[in-house]
Amino acid sequence: MSASAIIFYVIAAFLLGTGILAVTAKKIFRAAIWLLLSLVGIASLYFWMAVEFVAAVQIIVYVGGIVVLIIFSIFLTQQSGREMPGPSLQRIIFSLLAVVFGLAFTHKLIIDHGFDNAVSQPFKVAVSDIGLQMLSTTEHGYILPFEVVSMLLLAAMVGCIVIAMKSKQTTIPSPQNTEEN
Amino acid sequence: MSDVPLSHILFVSTALFFIGMYGLFTRRNLITMLMSIELMLNSVNINFVAFNKYLFPQNLEGIFFTIFIITIAAAEAAIAIAIIINLYRSHQSIDVEDATELKF
Repeated sequence: MSASAIIFYVIAAFLLGTGILAVTAKKIFRAAIWLLLSLVGIASLYFWMAVEFVAAVQIIVYVGGIVVLIIFSIFLTQQSGREMPGPSLQRIIFSLLAVVFGLAFTHKLIIDHGFDNAVSQPFKVAVSDIGLQMLSTTEHGYILPFEVVSMLLLAAMVGCIVIAMKSKQTTIPSPQNTEEN
Repeated sequence: MSDVPLSHILFVSTALFFIGMYGLFTRRNLITMLMSIELMLNSVNINFVAFNKYLFPQNLEGIFFTIFIITIAAAEAAIAIAIIINLYRSHQSIDVEDATELKF
């Protein structure tokens, strides 16, 4: 077993362990921190696969963007130190059954298919190649999805501001806040 | 690098996907459910990059799919958090069991 294989198994154990802790932690703030560590583990797996650009994008967008957004929303919506009520035993049992059977089924599919002919060829991803193909208008270019996704991001930004904007007129009356209005 | 077969990377991403699924089933808090969905999206990204690297190393298609998935996941997370904050303002709670207006 070479050093690179050992590094792969260490990264895999790290990201799976922190992922399990992220979905089972009792305190929501700790769950967010475990999620952050799991996303860093995934970024290091991208570094191991020698796709540095995707790893950098992963760290910038997920670790620097989404997790910070999640932590802000945790602070805005609840007491982060309080323990969340755990799920009922019945729900845990049935979720575990579904997960274990799904995992076993998918692993059997992967083993049966084999992927024996898949050998790791040298895989060089230059950032200039990614940029050239992203903005190319030829057959394998990605200029149309690039433009569509820019419109999607603009629409998402406007939509977020409109949804989260505080307005007195359009508050939905509900049993909790009718008495204070 | 060649002594780690492709199936081991697929095992890792499958396990991560089902960890996210377990979280989605057991959590009742909207923010933690969103975190589980992020884990599932990330496991799919690992699959795309691994297939690109092992099966089609002369192309870049998996890289592009990963980049677009990351972009759309960021937009999705921002929208979801805006909805969660709006729901918290109207219900004072982000538990899915409390948001039952549209349930018949």
